[in-house]
Amino acid sequence: MTFKDKLKNSIVLLDGAMGTMLQQRGLPLGTLPEEWNLTRPEVIEDIHRQYLQSGADVIYANTFGANFLKFGERVEEVVRAGISIAKRAAGGFEQRFVALDIGSLGKLLKPLGSLGFEEAVYIFKRTICAGVSAGADLIALETMNDIYELKAAIVAAKEVCSLPVIATLVFGEDEKTMTGTSPEAAVALLEGLGVDALGINCSLAPAQMEGVVKRMCAVSSTPVIAKPNAGLPEEREGKTVYSLGAEEFARGIANLIRAGARVVGGCCGTTPEYISKIKAATAELSPVPVADKHLTVVSSYTNAVTFGGAPVLIGERINPTGKKKLKEALRSGDINYILNEALSQAEKGAHVLDVNVGLPELDEAKVLSDCVGEIQSVTDLPLQIDTSSPTAMEAAMRIYNGKPLVNSVNGKREVMDAVFPLVKKYGGCVIALTLDEDGIPPSAEGRIAIAEKIINEAKKYGIKKCDLIFDTLAMAVSADDKAALAAVEALRYIRHTLGCNTSLGVSNISFGLPNRDFINSTFFAMALANGLSAAIINPNSQEMIKTYKSFLALTGYDRGCLGYIDYASSVTSTLSQSASKVSPAAAAEGLRGVIVRGLKGAAAAQAEELLKDNAPLDVINGHIIPALDEVGQKFEHKTLFLPQLLMSAEAASAAFEVIKGRFSGASNAKKLKVVVATVRGDIHDIGKNIVKTLLENYGFAVTDLGRDVPPESVVEAVKHTGAKVVGLSALMTTTVASMAQTIELLRKNCPHVKVVAGGAVMNEEYAKAIGADIYCKDAMATVRFCEECEKNF
Amino acid sequence: MKVLSGSLEKIDRRETLRYLGCNPNAGAPEGVEEAIEGCERELLSAQSLKCVYDIFPVMREGGTLDLGFAKTDSRDLKKYLEGCGKIVLFAATAGAGVDRVIRRYSSLSPAKAAMCQALGAALVEEWCDRVHAMFTAEYGANTARFSCGFGDLPLTLQRDIFAALDVTRRIGVTLSDDCFMTPSKSVTAIVGIKDDI
Repeated sequence: MTFKDKLKNSIVLLDGAMGTMLQQRGLPLGTLPEEWNLTRPEVIEDIHRQYLQSGADVIYANTFGANFLKFGERVEEVVRAGISIAKRAAGGFEQRFVALDIGSLGKLLKPLGSLGFEEAVYIFKRTICAGVSAGADLIALETMNDIYELKAAIVAAKEVCSLPVIATLVFGEDEKTMTGTSPEAAVALLEGLGVDALGINCSLAPAQMEGVVKRMCAVSSTPVIAKPNAGLPEEREGKTVYSLGAEEFARGIANLIRAGARVVGGCCGTTPEYISKIKAATAELSPVPVADKHLTVVSSYTNAVTFGGAPVLIGERINPTGKKKLKEALRSGDINYILNEALSQAEKGAHVLDVNVGLPELDEAKVLSDCVGEIQSVTDLPLQIDTSSPTAMEAAMRIYNGKPLVNSVNGKREVMDAVFPLVKKYGGCVIALTLDEDGIPPSAEGRIAIAEKIINEAKKYGIKKCDLIFDTLAMAVSADDKAALAAVEALRYIRHTLGCNTSLGVSNISFGLPNRDFINSTFFAMALANGLSAAIINPNSQEMIKTYKSFLALTGYDRGCLGYIDYASSVTSTLSQSASKVSPAAAAEGLRGVIVRGLKGAAAAQAEELLKDNAPLDVINGHIIPALDEVGQKFEHKTLFLPQLLMSAEAASAAFEVIKGRFSGASNAKKLKVVVATVRGDIHDIGKNIVKTLLENYGFAVTDLGRDVPPESVVEAVKHTGAKVVGLSALMTTTVASMAQTIELLRKNCPHVKVVAGGAVMNEEYAKAIGADIYCKDAMATVRFCEECEKNF
Repeated sequence: MKVLSGSLEKIDRRETLRYLGCNPNAGAPEGVEEAIEGCERELLSAQSLKCVYDIFPVMREGGTLDLGFAKTDSRDLKKYLEGCGKIVLFAATAGAGVDRVIRRYSSLSPAKAAMCQALGAALVEEWCDRVHAMFTAEYGANTARFSCGFGDLPLTLQRDIFAALDVTRRIGVTLSDDCFMTPSKSVTAIVGIKDDI
């Protein structure tokens, strides 16, 4: 019998703690437990044997921390030894399995930490390859606090072997992981990646785990694992002991099995005694069957969004088609513009955000995956990866933290051949367009036939019907007056007869017509009434949101119509607000006054007002610049502090935006170009961002290279932009060295560039020692220095 | 070894202003208060306060201090721990959610990013105060908190602290090769417990 058979047919009993046992056997504090694979193999083997004797079906080899970060080039040796010992121990028993045990690397992944996703994959692969070649029966990934790290480990496992993978995360009493993942989001991602069992271990006692186990079982079509601690650690006579005895622990495990867990064992504080008690306490129990839940679900790193209930809104704003500003932002690498689009759609109520960066001149794979990473660092909404390039799709799906929605596949052979393997490998729901080599069938029947073809083809890859979301294609009703009806009829059949979820890019329907929102919102209502599960729309469109909110109230998705009432009253209030955009008080202060006070909204409105009677340059020179100077001087004289300086800078930016939007070419542009970066090894960028904002306020063209920037990239950017000043920031003493390297390389390659050094660890002396031209203590000082350089330009 | 979790309902405004470089006695400048309040609400809903601690004996061998989990020649710590036979070693964090909020604003709004930084620092300090007060109630008179990087106590001792308290596994804080902690709003410290007189 294989492990997978065992998993299918019965309760699987895992072993208990290794660390606890090793401490009892005298492992000194500070010694890595895996060292004993080489130095005390007999102790490890004895512990395994005790667990096998107490009835464990699976033993976890002593490889929890055996990774490249801890053992360097010895990692393979340590892993192989660990697996060999476990196999030796299991040799005398029937039907037992040895798991290659892999825990967290102990480093957080980007963007929160500094470890790159691919680096993590590489490190896991080294451990996994060694474990597989030594003969492990399965891979157990456990005690993960961060689901993103767990994803890296699963991807690594799937790329180097076909062994079964079981995966567990640590949840707190708040039923979330340390990085905020809910049980539902965890199940979505892990099932998407195709693990054989998933669940929770460590941190909690059996009773405390019940909530998470139940929530997982409710949505999981995969067996659920529970591997709790023996209660909470307590101090007794100077020793750490755990609060739960073996009997009580085993009763708790029996309850978890009744709640649906099928794979159980013990984590910290448990011993062979605990495992025998579980064996005895659960002998009479039969496992709760694992039912296929047929859920259509996507997730971010925190939340899952389910299709098929209240319709899901997918925000369409991050797509350059027909959007001049976004095109410019993508070309110039202005990620902030994109992030703002993401946040404003989230605020307006989008549940999922579409991300499309398809411009012919861009390296789409790189830009798409960069954008996905950046957007995920500011919002926890799931994303829809929207591209026709399979390379870009794979790059983005790989680094996406969650189970993505992918847009799209269709009935063309070539497209299905390219997209389905990716959906299978990385997990995801995919929007399926009902078109094929012959185009879009005019009739509903033709589109339904394509849908059926797509379902059958997906099945060959093991992709379930519930992971397909059909888009029956809204075409311009101005060109074909049956277009709306064909789309809606096909939609109704697919939703209600084929039983699949549906989506539409709603606004295509009104192409070529005036006042498009009128048609869009009515068509949206028709589609919703006929079974639309999701719509790709502009969440800023009041007509669309009005229709959506009303639909929810009319179909029982909005209890007591509370959501509708809330929305309707907010609409009235914004209407009355927009009648007088500039409040009388703000008007009296003038643009200069509101910028000094840091009022962003008022600054934008004031700029708008002034532009009616004044030339753009006059607004800049007569109002904005004096305001900035006033604030800058007050800051230098310490009569005003950092938060006010920054708020004024943001208010000035808001005014600039208005001016730029209305008149092209209007600016206070200076000739001097500046490159700013936080140096390699350093991920602190707030100071650098402040400098950038202020410099831009003063009209300097700033190229921001971000954080953790290698010296070569700084040199390249200086050459590329022709910058005359480089601002380097370092916050940690340890990264001053990489600032020195950057300066050295700049001196060699760009001898004329001036280097400004700044950051928490910098001072005059340091800056001089590493060869910078000047140390600037804050952002204003940097502005002043650049103004000097501009004069001498 | 024990693990604690908690949450705060507000964040000390004076401390926050101090971290922001403002004069705390003057109160929040006009317009800033409102913005700080907004950031405070976000941070409070993102907080996930955790702490792990354990007691260790202190042994003295000549100039060396044996803390049970590591030895150190730090003179400053030695002086600090005079009259203490035991220490509480702890690691505390405000959680990854706080870093996420800071991260979000670091590219979108430098003003809010600076405010969230300051609020996050004040939040974790206040959490440390709570935990510290609990140590006092449980173990009696004790010293102020002493952390790696203070005086001559090397930053590299962080590695030993992380191993001794199993910090990453217990409360999810990770340590970089340069001994910096992520989530960034985290603290490790030593509290000396005074011998009974």
